[in-house]
Amino acid sequence: MTSASVTVRQRDGTALRFAGLAVGAAVLLLLFGASLAVGSMSIPLPAVFGGLFSADGSVTSLILQTVRLPRALSAILVGASLGVAGAIMQALTRNPLASPGILGVNAGAALTVVAAVLVLGNPPLATYALFALLGAAVAGALVYALGNAGRGSSSPLRLALAGAVLMSFLTSLTTALLLLDRNTLDSVRFWTAGSLAGRDMELFALAAPYMLTGLLLSVPLARQLTALSLGDDVARGLGQRSGRVKLFAALVVVLLAGGAVALAGPVAFVGLVAPHLARFLAGVDYRWVLPYAALLGAMLVIVGDIGARVALRPQEVPVGVVMALIGAPFFIYLARSMVKQ
Amino acid sequence: MTRGTTSAGGAWFVLRLGSLSWRVSRRAMPVAGILLILIVATTVVSVGQGEYRIGPLDVVRATLGLETGNPDHALVVREFRLPRIVLATLVGAALALSGAVLQGITGNPLAEPGVLGINQGAGLAAVALLTLAPATSGALLPWVALAGGLLAALLIYLLAWNRGAAAIRLLLVGIGLGAIATSLTTFLIVFGEVLEVQRALVWLSGSVYGRTWEHVRMLALWMLVLVPPVLLGARSLNILSMGDAAARGLGQRVELARGSLIVVAVALASGAVAVAGTVAFAGLVAPHAARRLVGPAFEALLPVSALFGALLLLVADLVGRTVIAPSQLPVGLVTAVIGAPYLLYLLWRQRSA
Repeated sequence: MTSASVTVRQRDGTALRFAGLAVGAAVLLLLFGASLAVGSMSIPLPAVFGGLFSADGSVTSLILQTVRLPRALSAILVGASLGVAGAIMQALTRNPLASPGILGVNAGAALTVVAAVLVLGNPPLATYALFALLGAAVAGALVYALGNAGRGSSSPLRLALAGAVLMSFLTSLTTALLLLDRNTLDSVRFWTAGSLAGRDMELFALAAPYMLTGLLLSVPLARQLTALSLGDDVARGLGQRSGRVKLFAALVVVLLAGGAVALAGPVAFVGLVAPHLARFLAGVDYRWVLPYAALLGAMLVIVGDIGARVALRPQEVPVGVVMALIGAPFFIYLARSMVKQ
Repeated sequence: MTRGTTSAGGAWFVLRLGSLSWRVSRRAMPVAGILLILIVATTVVSVGQGEYRIGPLDVVRATLGLETGNPDHALVVREFRLPRIVLATLVGAALALSGAVLQGITGNPLAEPGVLGINQGAGLAAVALLTLAPATSGALLPWVALAGGLLAALLIYLLAWNRGAAAIRLLLVGIGLGAIATSLTTFLIVFGEVLEVQRALVWLSGSVYGRTWEHVRMLALWMLVLVPPVLLGARSLNILSMGDAAARGLGQRVELARGSLIVVAVALASGAVAVAGTVAFAGLVAPHAARRLVGPAFEALLPVSALFGALLLLVADLVGRTVIAPSQLPVGLVTAVIGAPYLLYLLWRQRSA
């Protein structure tokens, strides 16, 4: 894909990539600060720092601690999770179009959550995440199976198409459930758009363990992913037990994507864009691609979330909508440049 | 006008009119006949069902304008139920034809009008009208939706053009643009009044609820113009489905044939979406079922697909009206629920084959 830039950059060595990560982390920290400062009540940065740690009960510290901090943390974690999940899926399927949003994994998680809200009334928040994980897993398995159907071998395009079909199916089922009950519709429609508004610490704390576990588990996976991304035969030739690695990787994707959907609703395109940028910057070694994808994903979502708050003030745009408006043109660009004939 | 010339195998019956000719599959004719009978039977049953039940004989009499001894029958049958049921039939046929053409062109079993962005474009236009200007709606809605669908298709074609419009690039650009339209629709839904949003969702999931003869007339005219070129394209489709190289070798002007077939398929689906909203999976499932019944030759596949699509929507509408009566499920949701397991079955069959 970006082979020319990749070979040039590989010579530059480890130091440069570390430097890149450090710069990225610094930028993310700045964005984190901005995310805390910007909103319907602007808070200057010095006051942000004070308000975060003071327990004086002032309006500023209240807003910061109960509203803005969980929201900014959610943005970072959701973005990082989706970025890494996308990178893993792209390596696993050797498909540059793979990502939790496009392949319907997010839609599957959304469907099960809406079904849970409808059937159980208002389920405890802890179960949200479990239902999301279940939906993500089933949808992921389905789309992979569908992508291999039909004449000819599995191709990137076929998988993307299978994802689109599956997504339209899952979305129409979600719509069906929402039509059955207006109260459910009213309470979850903002969530189904993908949003970080109103996420409090409690919800964050419930969903975070899944994503953090997924991120941790992805670390030992990185080296195997590099081998896998070169093809099944190469991976096997290098002594890899591809079947086990794939299963493990799929589990990690479910944890990451399911957790992210449970917290923020289905946010598309982060998982598509972040890994591409990561490979462009860090090359083909997934030990570098994964942390870069996590950082870039986090940056994307936090920027998108700030934009969502600022764009149409005082209205809030769901961050999922912002991400789609940024990400879909990128997808079209990829599609155009991939299909040459 | 017609002259039957049977070839050695006798599998085809050829109609000729001047320089035009049309092959009719001997195998397809009984299948088409059975489907037609099923369609008529289902229609009669479906018209009789509802809060106000009417016996099948009275349904037929009322439809033909004969006296049934109950003045309500004529009103219920001819003004309330027949329009929506006839419309469901037409929508099913249009979507199935469109799907059959798109699957033939792309060689992909999962291609359907919905993934070309038509549904999403039409959906965005319709939801914008329903939520931003709820007062104006009504008669304007199909036209706005039609414009939205065609505009989306045009944009996709332009964006996918790169010295020729490879089918797969069309599909991918369609997915991308579809995502943009969907996210804008979501945006409108999030901020709309919940009542209007519910109306919009019903439209988005495809429904023939409350449709009148006006809608039927609109779609029927649309199809009258567009169905003949699709049927005449059967031979080109046979050749195109062998792949570009083979098609060129056989003297087919690939880009021209593909481009014009796509235009017709998109226009057909847009018409259906305009009157009934985005009905999922009908365009995907019907051609597969038809292929299993009569094989891959498009002369037989196209008409049988259309009939099967019509039957599918008729049944889906009947189920949607009766299964949770007195509430109704939008027909598009029923087709989705029927379509998905079929898709899985298809998948399972191909894996084990």
